[in-house]
Amino acid sequence: MTTRIDATGTRIGMWIFLYSEIILFGGLFVLYAVYFYEYPELFAKGGKELNRIIGSLNTVVLLVSSFTVASSITAIQRGKKGQAMGFLAFSIFCGLVFVVNKYFEWGAKIHHDIYPNSATLQDGEPGLNIFFGLYYVITGLHGLHVIIGMVLLTVSLILVLRGRITASRYALLENSGLYWHLVDLIWIFVFPLFYLVL
Amino acid sequence: MTAAQSYLEQSSPPGRTGWKAWLLTHDHKRLGLMYLWAILFWFVLAVILGLLMRTELMGMGRTIMGPEAYNSMFTLHGVIMIFLFGIPAIPSIFGNFFLPIQLGADDVFFPRLNLLSWYLFMFGGGFAVFSLFSGDGFPDTGWTFYVPFSISSAGNVSLTVTAAFILGMSSMLTGLNFVTTFHRMRDKAMGPMQIPLFTWSLYATAWVQILATPVIAITFVLVVLERFLSIGLFEPDKGGDPLLYQHLFWMYSHPAVYIIILPAMGVISEIIPAFSRKSIFGYKAIVYSSLAIAIAGSLVWAHHMYSSGMSDVSVFVFSLLTFLVAVPSAVKVFSWVSTMYKGSIAMSPPFFLSLCFIYLFTVGGLTGLVLGAAGTDIHVHDTHFVVAHFHFVMLGGTGFAFFAALHYWWPKMFGVMYRNRPAYVGAVAAAVGFVFHFVPMLILGMQGMPRRYYDYLPQYETGNFLAGFGAYLLVFGLLLMLLNLVFSLRNPRTAPANPWGGTTLEWSIPSPPPVENFTDSPNIKDFPYDFSEIVSNSNK
Repeated sequence: MTTRIDATGTRIGMWIFLYSEIILFGGLFVLYAVYFYEYPELFAKGGKELNRIIGSLNTVVLLVSSFTVASSITAIQRGKKGQAMGFLAFSIFCGLVFVVNKYFEWGAKIHHDIYPNSATLQDGEPGLNIFFGLYYVITGLHGLHVIIGMVLLTVSLILVLRGRITASRYALLENSGLYWHLVDLIWIFVFPLFYLVL
Repeated sequence: MTAAQSYLEQSSPPGRTGWKAWLLTHDHKRLGLMYLWAILFWFVLAVILGLLMRTELMGMGRTIMGPEAYNSMFTLHGVIMIFLFGIPAIPSIFGNFFLPIQLGADDVFFPRLNLLSWYLFMFGGGFAVFSLFSGDGFPDTGWTFYVPFSISSAGNVSLTVTAAFILGMSSMLTGLNFVTTFHRMRDKAMGPMQIPLFTWSLYATAWVQILATPVIAITFVLVVLERFLSIGLFEPDKGGDPLLYQHLFWMYSHPAVYIIILPAMGVISEIIPAFSRKSIFGYKAIVYSSLAIAIAGSLVWAHHMYSSGMSDVSVFVFSLLTFLVAVPSAVKVFSWVSTMYKGSIAMSPPFFLSLCFIYLFTVGGLTGLVLGAAGTDIHVHDTHFVVAHFHFVMLGGTGFAFFAALHYWWPKMFGVMYRNRPAYVGAVAAAVGFVFHFVPMLILGMQGMPRRYYDYLPQYETGNFLAGFGAYLLVFGLLLMLLNLVFSLRNPRTAPANPWGGTTLEWSIPSPPPVENFTDSPNIKDFPYDFSEIVSNSNK
């Protein structure tokens, strides 16, 4: 009989789960592709209305946080508990910056009467309505994943603090890190699709 | 081993008693039983709904219900039978119970995740019930939730769709668990071509569950968002395209029928050799055909949409791919029949039900080709022909395989033997009732009777009236088999370890199995269907 404690198996399970997340977003990217093909000019017009500076800032923030999450795993592997906690806390802070930026970005759009079913979009051209509809759905779902990722990192942080995640046993931290990288990866696709579409 | 060591007496993790020993269990076998009772409840409920619909259709005009009630009935029947019976039945009950045992493992890889899947399943089911009795009435969209009706319907679609979303999570996590278990928990002595076929079929199914379920998840999320925010992603006047919904929906829901049928094929591949006392014909062909069905079956979804307005090229490509799926399916049927040839057949209820499966599934497969061909499909699209075809595959196929699996593994799961005579009577009644119920529907469909209407034109009355009797006989047979099994639980637990002469690992351990499955390390055979020992023992 085979015993159950097996880090490779845990990692396989996590990768399969991440794969399913990619397909989840994949469904939305399919919608994007079809509608982009249908309304290329209006998508470009919609993209120009998004704030590229905030978008780029968020991209940098997420990339940096991915790096610090990876660093925290290396730190825990070397037994440096304090360093690992510092890196984790900084990553969570980056996540928070991302969400706050998103909040202001959405707030500004809603202030300009651009949100699902708003009068401007209803009376405007259908392609723009689709563009912003997809924008809200995709960035909203991604934002939800950022928040879930922050919760996972916080749980990891607490467990490191309590000494439950150690140099010999860090599967949970590693898997939370993988999840965070996935959130980052999806953003790498979301960012050009919405902010850099010309 | 004594009876006290069985999983029914000992809890896992040890020391738990009372309800905690069940509701907080990590034991894959106990979870299998918990799925069994929940799924049987849903099955019986949906069968009753189906019978009520057929009673309505026995006479023209309003017989026992009006159009709204009828629409809700076929929606519920479909949602329950697909999401709460068909998809979970064989993987969650028998897969949970026997996949680890057939691999020589003591449990699945993630036992707590397995428990979570069960809770998600129960929660999703509860949600579905809740959606009926809250909001503005029963959902009436059909189980396909097609837009734009599902977005504008006054029925409580949001909650039903959410329930289906949660059930999808449960199914996906079970698939994740099975794939990991298959790779990491398998006995080191068991190579890929020494794995029992039921486990192979579950492995192929698990991949489809993992690959396809997220697509329906996002589709259902979009339906709920549309209902609350009316974004317009599927509404033409807001720039959306309703056809995209159909693509996304079938991208999951066609593979879902392979999630339903593949494990059933695995069950049949276990039962046929066991009662033919003969090694399975074409072991490798069956393994590869399972994988081929999983792959090809994921690429045929748009054959549901020939009449929805697709380009001719798409129709051609999807029709061709659909025909390709018939090849591995036929390979399996050929292998089962060849296994029986010159075998030493021992008739038993599971074997009899497997024979019914082969017959009914073949009819279902052949009528599927009528629908896969674009030309003939246009004629019978959305008619009773489609309904009959689907039920030949799903009920005649998976339903009969489910009952075959129940009869095959019941002694192992509970350690009791059931009475054969009621089982045979029930199986014959169900099979005969099935044919008399669904063959008239094939004919009605050819004549042009549309599906999903509570009423019809006078020329369809004879067929519908006769089909009703078949339905009653079918339901009588199904319930008789179930009751016979349930009543057998009062018998003393005296089932031998190997009542049928099976060769896979679950028959090498006591009935019911001990809590960690194997008390000694399992003896892995070079080939899982090697009957030489069984045959030489019976010749003595």
